[in-house]
Amino acid sequence: MSIDLKTIKHISKLSRISVDEKKAEKLAGDLNSIFDFIEKLNELKTDNVEPLTSVAETTLKLRSDEVKSKNLRDQVIKNSPKENEDYFVVPKVIE
Amino acid sequence: MSDITKQSLSELVENIKGKKLSSSEVTKAFVERSEKSKELNAYITEDYANALNKAKKFDEKPNLDLKLPGIPMAVKDLFCTKDLRTTAGSKILNNFVPTYESTVTQNIWNEGAILMGKLNCDEFAMGSSNETSFFGNVQNPIDKNLVPGGSSGGSSSAVAAQLTPITIGTDTGGSIRQPASFTGTVGLKPTYGSCSRYGIVAFASSLDQAGPMAQNVKDCALLQEVISTYDEKDSTSIDFKRNEYSKELTKDIKGKKIGIPKEYRVDGMPKEIEDLWKKGIEYAKDCGAEIIDISLPHTNYALPTYYIVAPAEASSNLARYDGVKYGFRAEGENLIDMYEKTRSEGFGAEVQRRIMIGTYVLSSGYYDAYYLKAQKVRKLIKNDFDDAYEKVDAILTPSTPSSAFKIGEKTNDPVSMYLNDIFTVPVNLAGLPGISIPAGHDAKGYPLGLQIIGKAFDEQNILNIAYAMEEKINFKKNVTDWWIK
Repeated sequence: MSIDLKTIKHISKLSRISVDEKKAEKLAGDLNSIFDFIEKLNELKTDNVEPLTSVAETTLKLRSDEVKSKNLRDQVIKNSPKENEDYFVVPKVIE
Repeated sequence: MSDITKQSLSELVENIKGKKLSSSEVTKAFVERSEKSKELNAYITEDYANALNKAKKFDEKPNLDLKLPGIPMAVKDLFCTKDLRTTAGSKILNNFVPTYESTVTQNIWNEGAILMGKLNCDEFAMGSSNETSFFGNVQNPIDKNLVPGGSSGGSSSAVAAQLTPITIGTDTGGSIRQPASFTGTVGLKPTYGSCSRYGIVAFASSLDQAGPMAQNVKDCALLQEVISTYDEKDSTSIDFKRNEYSKELTKDIKGKKIGIPKEYRVDGMPKEIEDLWKKGIEYAKDCGAEIIDISLPHTNYALPTYYIVAPAEASSNLARYDGVKYGFRAEGENLIDMYEKTRSEGFGAEVQRRIMIGTYVLSSGYYDAYYLKAQKVRKLIKNDFDDAYEKVDAILTPSTPSSAFKIGEKTNDPVSMYLNDIFTVPVNLAGLPGISIPAGHDAKGYPLGLQIIGKAFDEQNILNIAYAMEEKINFKKNVTDWWIK
């Protein structure tokens, strides 16, 4: 299998990570060697195997819906790279 | 009392409880040694002034019934600490100050320990050498320019160099056990669900576990009993009966059945590792254990499985870093442009690589071929262990396929870096506990570790085996303080 530059550009779009030509070429090389290694899984027949999604054999516990930490707004907003009073600020979305 | 920093955690606890040492004396000693050890680059954030203040407060009204009374401790910078910067080794979280405390660290402070600072690690715990950290390489105290392992490289370096009496790391594919092996220290990855993941910066949620890293097995058992609690804030935390591991620790392992998996004799494994393993088998026999050959037939498929499952979960977990609510932001022409530039400039190369792998294997048209396939193989790997545990109580393997390597030696070849985790990754995939103990040195004098893998929730058993073998091995530490001028 080979991951070409077009695929890299597509994945970078989905990942929301910008890549220029040089970086795309490097990534294509790296990903191809990693996927060559991953292809080993195709040696195994797994048609009748149940996928394992979690090793924690537990059902989700219910708990009461109570607020346990409050009045954190100022502290939370303080971590924002750009804020305006009570809001997070992002570049203009609607023209 | 001189040589405070040479004492083990258990000795320090005993001396503080016996009023032979105060928390201030102990904290000051570790702070001073940490300050003299900047060349190791083990810390990302130091909090020494606060630590000394807290120690003074502790001494004014000491509660000596606690398990970690006034003990100073630095922790991996993957644990959120309230009001103290938490970076995960990444530029993208360079200025992030959590408004909450991780459950594991909260458990530690509840028992009287005092935070000294945050320890270096690979970016988002993705790495095996600490070289992917935004905050630079960490030196292995064993030798200059030697990696301390990863991702908990700052933690292993700090414990081996005695900058902290003990510490905690996290282990997704080997990130506690491999650095412990590279630095001649003890590292335990608990059963999945044993230690709460609440407040730990997430990498791969179905694999991540926190665990202790220590000078010896007894210290490791003591910290494990502090950090392992059921937590309703982690939906995969498991409510099982936890032992008082340090109190129930015993060297009596007579009649325990220990399995030796033939598939771990991998191609190209250095003779030194093979010899170490043979020696380990003899030590286990000397302790009265019964050795049984076993087979874990899907071992060779564990790494390829891991490199689908872990990046897939990571790509999803790391989607939250968008430059809006916290962390680093790069300016962009519009919202999407801002996201893309923020993530391109804020994440390092290895993290970007893994996000891309993860996004690809989860993307439309490839999900079944990769992600679903990997989940099925993961089931086969877990079945291997389930079958083996019909016959044995624990499994003995080398911790790593080599000793520590030089900084820069493997950075250009991701696959060769990944191979470091060949013996540790299957344990995470199956959700089992595993402990690495120092067991010898190679020709260069670098430490080598042995790994003991247990049944789920059977931490006590592998701690006991490790405790018994530790005495037989009688590992000689060879750290020379070369970095202290």
